[in-house]
Amino acid sequence: LRKNVEDFTGPRERSDLGFVTFDITADILNGKKCIFDWNVKQLFVYLSVEYSTKNNALNQVVLWDKVILRGDNPRLYLKDMKSKYLFFDDGNGLKGNKNITFTLSWNVVPNAGILPLVTGSGHVSVPFPDTYETTKSY
Amino acid sequence: MPLWSAAGDPPGWQRDEPAPPRARKRKRGRKRKRGRKRRGTRAAAMPWLDFLDDVRRMNKRQLYYQVLNFGMIVSSALMIWKGLMVVTGSESPIVVVLSGSMEPAFHRGDLLFLTNRIEDPIRVGEIVVFRIEGREIPIVHRVLKIHENNQFCLLQNPGLLFPVWKWLQTLLSPVQTMMQGVQNCTEHSVEAHAVLQGFVWQNGDIKFLTKGDNNAVDDRGLYKRGQHWLEKKDVVGRARGFVPYIGIVTILMNDYPKFKYAVLFLLGLFVLVHRE
Repeated sequence: LRKNVEDFTGPRERSDLGFVTFDITADILNGKKCIFDWNVKQLFVYLSVEYSTKNNALNQVVLWDKVILRGDNPRLYLKDMKSKYLFFDDGNGLKGNKNITFTLSWNVVPNAGILPLVTGSGHVSVPFPDTYETTKSY
Repeated sequence: MPLWSAAGDPPGWQRDEPAPPRARKRKRGRKRKRGRKRRGTRAAAMPWLDFLDDVRRMNKRQLYYQVLNFGMIVSSALMIWKGLMVVTGSESPIVVVLSGSMEPAFHRGDLLFLTNRIEDPIRVGEIVVFRIEGREIPIVHRVLKIHENNQFCLLQNPGLLFPVWKWLQTLLSPVQTMMQGVQNCTEHSVEAHAVLQGFVWQNGDIKFLTKGDNNAVDDRGLYKRGQHWLEKKDVVGRARGFVPYIGIVTILMNDYPKFKYAVLFLLGLFVLVHRE
């Protein structure tokens, strides 16, 4: 599983709002070990962002999610996606934040049994710019 | 066997087949005894009378024994439930999904197994069951955002080691800097953690936002007026496992109380009559 995140614009006033566009390339059928075995009903895949601010030691925000049902195309090839949910910070912690880490994770929903939450290996860290953007449209 | 064969054939009535010898015997000589024997033969025609008979035949001791057995079963069930509450750390370790807001993952009637251990902090993506203040029905949704500040706080009623720490604090500057700015733990932030130590390092206040997978918007509209975030105290537990469909029984029992009474009645009857 791989993900690439590129391109972003800066946050807004009052509470910082981040705009991110990203690409995701994901291949769920991983050769020998397929995630979709007989007991998997669906995968809930989500892209989350984790960062730390002065106000809060840990912040996690989900930017985008998708339900992949058994039988759906298991390859994700998304380009230039905009975040599904508004990326608001609790306060003004995004401005100049050096380290925003993007991780792809998924929740395996079985037909019956345990619900594991798996985090993809690999993550991308991106800094946010120091200034606010006022003119750029999203 | 027709009823009146016990009492004797009505006069003038011709039988095609010979009456069973027992009946005949009674007819000949002895007076019909009112009581058990008669009831016994009649009961063959009406089986439920047989059952009532059994109950009556049980003497008082056996009845008490059955009641005690029943009580024991109920107590064991309660103990298992309480044990589950302790192990999972949740006040309600098993819940039934009531709405379709988490489809296609969970449908109405699915059973969820929850844990609410303090050692597992709440993280995004987890399926959380929570209660909104003032409402009793819990909601099953997924965590969308969290903001957490870790805290190092001083217990109000410190334990045995606290004087040691206080003394160390005066001697060692690293300890001093560590303790700088440490606030007293509020009732809000302290959980059943370190009791002896006098101070506690723990996952601090977490505020989080939820959203149902099948809903278009997050849950802010559902929260109490003026409430923007949920906190740990609102959480009943995190879903760790699930079994589909089985919870439908609970929903049926809630929606149709007669069904619930029927089930309980049958269960009670079965236990009382089962003579083992």
